[in-house]
Amino acid sequence: MSDVTQPESFEFSPEFRDAADAFIAKYPKGRHESAVMPLLDLAQRQHDGWLPRAAMDYVAEYLAMPPIRVYEVATFYTMYNLEPVGKNHVQVCTNLPCWLRGSDGIVEACKRTLGVEFGGTTEDGLFTLSEMECLGACVNAPMMQINDDYYEDLDPTSAESILTELRLGETPKTGSQIGRKSCEPSSGLTSLTEMDGEG
Amino acid sequence: MPKITIDDIELEVEAGLTVLQACELAGKEIPRFCFHERLSVAGNCRMCLVEMERAPKPIASCAMPVGDGMVIRTDTDLVKKAREGVMEFLLINHPLDCPICDQGGECDLQDQAVGYGYDRSRFGESKRAVDDKNLGPLVKTIMTRCIHCTRCVRFATEVAGVPELGATGRGEHMEIGTYVEKALTSELSGNMIDLCPVGALTSKPYAFMARSWELSKTESIDVMDALGANIRVDARGPGVMRILPRNNDDVNEEWLSDKGRFANDGLARQRLDKPYVRKDGKLAPVSWDQAFAAIAGRLDGMDGAKFAALAGDLVDTEAMAALKDLMAALGSNNIDCRQDGASIGEGARAGHLFNSTIAGIDEADAILIIGSNPRWEAPVLNARIRKRYLEGGLSIGVIGEALELTYRYEHLGAGTDALAAITDGTSPFAGVLKDASKPMIILAAGAVARPDGAAVLAAARAIAESSGAVRDGWNGFNMLHSRAARVGGIEVGFLPGASGLGTNAILDGAASGAIEAVYLLGADEIDMSRLGDAFVIYQGHHGDAGAHRADVILPGAAYTEKNATYVNTEGRAQRAQLATFPPGDAREDWAIIRALSAVLGKTLPYDTLSDLREKMTMANPVFGAIDDIIRADWGTFGEAGALSSDDFNSEIENYYITDPISRASETMARCISEILQGSAPRTGTDG
Repeated sequence: MSDVTQPESFEFSPEFRDAADAFIAKYPKGRHESAVMPLLDLAQRQHDGWLPRAAMDYVAEYLAMPPIRVYEVATFYTMYNLEPVGKNHVQVCTNLPCWLRGSDGIVEACKRTLGVEFGGTTEDGLFTLSEMECLGACVNAPMMQINDDYYEDLDPTSAESILTELRLGETPKTGSQIGRKSCEPSSGLTSLTEMDGEG
Repeated sequence: MPKITIDDIELEVEAGLTVLQACELAGKEIPRFCFHERLSVAGNCRMCLVEMERAPKPIASCAMPVGDGMVIRTDTDLVKKAREGVMEFLLINHPLDCPICDQGGECDLQDQAVGYGYDRSRFGESKRAVDDKNLGPLVKTIMTRCIHCTRCVRFATEVAGVPELGATGRGEHMEIGTYVEKALTSELSGNMIDLCPVGALTSKPYAFMARSWELSKTESIDVMDALGANIRVDARGPGVMRILPRNNDDVNEEWLSDKGRFANDGLARQRLDKPYVRKDGKLAPVSWDQAFAAIAGRLDGMDGAKFAALAGDLVDTEAMAALKDLMAALGSNNIDCRQDGASIGEGARAGHLFNSTIAGIDEADAILIIGSNPRWEAPVLNARIRKRYLEGGLSIGVIGEALELTYRYEHLGAGTDALAAITDGTSPFAGVLKDASKPMIILAAGAVARPDGAAVLAAARAIAESSGAVRDGWNGFNMLHSRAARVGGIEVGFLPGASGLGTNAILDGAASGAIEAVYLLGADEIDMSRLGDAFVIYQGHHGDAGAHRADVILPGAAYTEKNATYVNTEGRAQRAQLATFPPGDAREDWAIIRALSAVLGKTLPYDTLSDLREKMTMANPVFGAIDDIIRADWGTFGEAGALSSDDFNSEIENYYITDPISRASETMARCISEILQGSAPRTGTDG
């Protein structure tokens, strides 16, 4: 572990506690430990996007399980941030499909716009830039994820404008940046509307 | 039962066995790292691959249950090649530091690399390195050597019941550790060192002390608690380098408590290696003859009734038998082996034994623990209760302190009112005991070492009788001792004779002057200030409380330095063997007493250890049934009476220091500061 300043204690706020109890209620009696992943996620959301040790201990106690079992889960999944992150966690995919479609340019644009390298957080605390493995949106490669939203079909210009908008406190358009709906073919629909394979 | 064919050998095996175990039964050795008989199956090392007919690829034999008609091949080229592949992967990140690794010579990875390893590496990239973890003063870690078999994680979680170890991170970044750095809070942590198939977990006190092949190995018995764990003493020259457990399913399975394993450095410190006599208030070294002469001079003409003897907690039965005979010859009945004055040993034999036997715990379905902290009094036995608990269907009730025992239990109360509630049936747990088919009552020896001890003992007997715990083929009354010599002393009869005095009366007599001389045979746990002006002869191996008070010191042998018989809490007589010689002029204890008897003109009628043992066996057949148990008949013991309102407390206040050996051990002192008090480990520049 790095030398992050860890808070002394952590506790769910009433609304997060309600959400946690709702998750626990989904599992059969005696299997409440299964709720460890959603509870860690809730804790992370309540705690500015990262999980301090106190929160892991709190979740362990909440579920009456040994703390080490919670640490194992939290360290295994990269979506749990064990160190503080900026308000916007910019996660750029650099796996093969995204790379073939130009993720290097996206990465370069992000680094230039934010002025940080991978793993870095901007001084204003607004952005943290991370390199990600496949996020499962290969059809719309290249892509990046910022907090809970996907931004797809990027090019360096659109990536830069998304970040600029976020910096200004605006809400950029999520999903495909070239106007296609979901993962329809980029050249328009091709099947069932025309015959003989013309499209 | 399924029929299975292994390398053309057909055999019928028990259902539920794994293919690996079946292969062992067929005499085929299967290499493995993660599989261990006493742990759950992990199936992650992949070293145990075998070929199964109609399976498209090799199977992990440790994780595959046997099925009827299976055809297994363990000796094909495919199997060899598959295992070689696994080995190559394991060695990718394993450092080539065998020459400086303490596991060298007894390393599973090293051994199996001889069979399945390739003589060079095809891995050109960087090896990974992992930060070492601090797991406390006993277990040393070199985590780069770890092959992630997770045996230690499973041991901590399942057997020791302290889920503190885990695998954090994933893939290349996976590490075994506690995540939050802390010392393991288990009394069984040393067993992880034995389980670790590589040199990732090694013994911290033993680090760089010796190589396994230069040690002489002696099979012996542990005396740090009353379980009588079977051990192997590894010695080099005069020093006991380390102590390891031996397998004995009836006693300790293959575990050993940390005190039994790591207190061995206490054997080299504070030792009495010369006889001493107090002259002008100061102890001066003398020869054996002078020491004996001093004793003879003081005892000459003394009325036997003014002489008394107390035996300590680590004393062997031979020494106690010899001293008992000597005291009888001198006309004294004032002998006692119960330093704490416990009310045991006076009634039927069943009253001071663990009658269900340790292995009997596996069959119990209800356990009532009275006044005991089994986790500290007998850690290995506690692990056995936990093992039974994990199988399910076991109700446990505790009367006494509400401690973390590594299993869930119902806390019935802290004092005698809870005991009374069971006796009169008002407590619901009385019904649980009654309904159980094999109920056990575990009464701590410490719970009867109080003024109302005889009444507590009688109450426990009443519970055993009323709940039907004593019947044909099952005796559910158990006394759990924590002192290795106690049962042996009772079996020898080292108890006050007719109108003889017990411990408290002897000490009162010494204080008042009625007792003029006291022979302390390794007795260090009494309040020395109560000895008054009595002439004190101390025979023992450590310069502990008794030696400081003594007027004459006779240096004896510690348990690793003599051939001696100990009787464990079940009444099982077991033999410790000489692994190293006693230091300096120290001698085997029975021989000292025999020599002294000649000087006192009361020569004891045995010249050799076997003569003495023969005499002991004639007096009590227990000593003839080595490694065996002679079951005790049920009878009366204890004395019904008023119970005081005091709460029960375990007789062990600090697990790591309970006797002269562990008090002299630096390792045990480190355990106290780092495990019990939680302070940071001392570096070389401290103090």
